[in-house]
Amino acid sequence: MSGLRYVYAVCRPFGTPLPAQLTGVAGVPPKQLVHGDLVAVVGQVPEEDFAEGPLRAHLEDLDWLGATARAHQNVIDALTVVTSPLPLRLATVFLDDSGVRSMMEEREETFLRTLDRLDGRVEWGVKVYSEPTEPSGETSGESGVSGGLGDTGTRTASSPSPGRAGSGRDYLRQRRNQRKESEEKWERAEEFSRRLHESLSGYAEDTRIHAPQNSAISRAPGRNILNAAYLVPRTESEAFVELVDRTKDDAPGLRVELTGPWACYSFSGEDA
Amino acid sequence: MTTAQRLPDPYGNGGGANLADILERVLDKGIVIAGDIRINLLDIELLTIKLRLIVASVDKAKEMGIDWWETDPQLSSRAGRDELARENAELRAHVAELEEARAEVPARERAPAKKEAQE
Repeated sequence: MSGLRYVYAVCRPFGTPLPAQLTGVAGVPPKQLVHGDLVAVVGQVPEEDFAEGPLRAHLEDLDWLGATARAHQNVIDALTVVTSPLPLRLATVFLDDSGVRSMMEEREETFLRTLDRLDGRVEWGVKVYSEPTEPSGETSGESGVSGGLGDTGTRTASSPSPGRAGSGRDYLRQRRNQRKESEEKWERAEEFSRRLHESLSGYAEDTRIHAPQNSAISRAPGRNILNAAYLVPRTESEAFVELVDRTKDDAPGLRVELTGPWACYSFSGEDA
Repeated sequence: MTTAQRLPDPYGNGGGANLADILERVLDKGIVIAGDIRINLLDIELLTIKLRLIVASVDKAKEMGIDWWETDPQLSSRAGRDELARENAELRAHVAELEEARAEVPARERAPAKKEAQE
């Protein structure tokens, strides 16, 4: 049988067949490769796309990459419904089944330990965004007023002609207020995110704070302030989701976004 | 009523997840195992994917009329430059104004200041 083996995940045997209509990378249905106490979920992929040269070239192609990432995630999602898979990184490819088997054998102990830790858990993603500000329409906030009062204290320097200097001075003060306003907004957002993370952590067994997403990449409006992942038992998930929902309204000017349930991507590391 | 559903699913199925969320996880999280085909995703991610994503997404977003970041100095170097240029022009005007005002001050009042400056 020709073709390479693309490995999606390693799991404990889960006893149910994968959905018949499920397809993965390269449009190929994944299958289960049982080895000892482990199952690798693998798909056959063509060498002309997944050998080193072509794969490297494909990864530079955004459309190919996007489609492959979605296909990969599609399989992981289906697995998450029936078990708690240990997801592998995109494009983990072996020459044949025996290559996959020896990899499983080599890492059996670590896999089993990690799978035990993740068993019955899912990952939820929570992001906080500050809503985008209009460049000029935001000067009349309550914080702007207090900033203005504070700044009058600096009006002590003698000026040869106060009336004429007014425009430049006002401009600088306005600039200062704007900066102060955005700093205060930023502080409020950070404070909200800190409190949210604290209360969500109460429902989670483990957490990860990821780098904020670039808004140009995600195309999500606003600036990403918190990008966190929570390892939550399935049994606690409903309460977790409700808690996120409740906090959504507590934050004017901020947006809370929940994604999941994901396979435990962020908690698959052996160091955890 | 939702006996078949094992988990709350308030935001639709996984098909609705945004591409950045998926890429973040499948490229950057998940366990790393060196397969027989050796590709260092990290290299590609840093050097190419990121840049291409930004470029492609910005163009797509513009098509959709989303361009607010272009005027946000914290996100756009172009907006930052525009703002600097504007600020610069206003400050120049203000300096010119002050110099004009200073020129009107009698010479004798200016002399000591000049002397101080030379010391």
